[in-house]
Amino acid sequence: MNLLTVKNLYVPIEGKVIVENLSFNLGQSDRLSIVGPNGAGKTVLLKALLGLIPYSGEIVWDPTARIGYVPQKIDADRHLPLTYTDLFNSKCRILKVAAEQIEEIPPSVGLTKEVLATPVGHLSGGYFQRGLIGFALIGKPNVLLLDEPTASLDEPGEEHIYELIHRLQEQYKLAVITVSHDLSFVYRYASSVLCLNKQSVCIGPPQEVLTTEILEKLYGPSFSYYLHDHGDKVHSETESTSFR
Amino acid sequence: MTAPALYSIILVLLTAFAAGLVGSFALMKRMSLAGDVISHIALPGLGLALLFHFNPLFGAAATLFLGTLLIWRLQQGGTLTTDVAIGVIFTAALAIGTLVTPSEDLIEALFGGFQSLTLPWFLLGVLAVSGIITFIYAFRHKLILALFSPELAAATGINVARLDLYYLLIFSLTILLGLRFLGALLVGALIIVPAATGRQLTHTLPAFLTASSTTSVLSVAIGFLINSYYSHLTLGSVTLNLSLGPAIISVATVLFLLSLLRRKA
Repeated sequence: MNLLTVKNLYVPIEGKVIVENLSFNLGQSDRLSIVGPNGAGKTVLLKALLGLIPYSGEIVWDPTARIGYVPQKIDADRHLPLTYTDLFNSKCRILKVAAEQIEEIPPSVGLTKEVLATPVGHLSGGYFQRGLIGFALIGKPNVLLLDEPTASLDEPGEEHIYELIHRLQEQYKLAVITVSHDLSFVYRYASSVLCLNKQSVCIGPPQEVLTTEILEKLYGPSFSYYLHDHGDKVHSETESTSFR
Repeated sequence: MTAPALYSIILVLLTAFAAGLVGSFALMKRMSLAGDVISHIALPGLGLALLFHFNPLFGAAATLFLGTLLIWRLQQGGTLTTDVAIGVIFTAALAIGTLVTPSEDLIEALFGGFQSLTLPWFLLGVLAVSGIITFIYAFRHKLILALFSPELAAATGINVARLDLYYLLIFSLTILLGLRFLGALLVGALIIVPAATGRQLTHTLPAFLTASSTTSVLSVAIGFLINSYYSHLTLGSVTLNLSLGPAIISVATVLFLLSLLRRKA
């Protein structure tokens, strides 16, 4: 059964078509990664899937789908007197979820009581991101949408967040759609990859579809790609595009 | 003290409490500058009402309502940014308002003054303050999520545009309540300055809301006392005219300056 069906999707922003004629499905427990160069429409696609911006074509969520969303970056005011305790509490009240039902969330995303009680503007990037993931888990979603969840983190921080997402995915049997710049993450954790450059350039399991030809088509001919076949490690390099 | 004077004092203290709550959210929404000058748009309405001899509150309410819709449209991504609107529209409102307001009423329209209230107006005022406090209480969770991230709030199912409009209307209602005492130039400060003090002194949300409201009520109470005992203060050869509005906002500003001395933990 599909949780999500997208058919002939067009998303315009200020009269300019950003996503064009896109079709794909998401099944239960699928791990879909969306890759593509800057400006390819990845974030716009996620926003359309969430119903935050107008589009034409079809986006059909199964009635059983409960969506959790982790945005790319939140420009939190450092002086905001808000903690994740306040934010979790507010979301619980809005969704009418009892506070006891979310007791397991902070430990499962690695948030201690002290972190929960610290104003969000004072948290490190890693804890801030864990908080956002915890926030997304309120309301027991069965699908998570993550927009470059590691964009503001250093490399060890990235690894922790990727492992966390992977663990939560297994633990809660979540379907996950992740926008990522990191092809090694895509290789390790994605069951399928959608290469997006306004239109869909490829879709399928990463080992099959991420060929040099496709990546050049996606990122341009200056892209060079080296697949080191040591275990599952993949490195990507480019002259013009930064993936990290 | 007569009953109408007492009604007036009670209402302005209640308004101050509500202004502290509304101002806390205005500060967190980073609209302190807009908040300070939205009130200017009340002036043309106030002036026209005085010119044509109808209740100034109705005139002020009409232009405030239009101004609120305008700010809201701009926030929703119009062609002008909010700071451009503040720079042009609100100062223009002040200029036009000054032109149309009869000169004998101008000082009071700009800086307010003490006015007694009849029982029906008092009850209407109490109803309005209750509405403001109820709104903040009932919508606090939605307001919190929306100011943290409008996008995340929308993904949680909140209609952020509508929430913004409700909040701005509540903001304008607070301005309208304070207008008669503080005037079009100063009433915005009652919303913003005590909240700035509250934020300086606290680092949790409940403490922030409490501190802002308390500071606001204190500013009004002390301002009232100063005004009633020293309406003309003589210092040597200088006589200060301590009218109510400026007295209240001066007290609020002094409290803010004092709060700067205390470093947050």
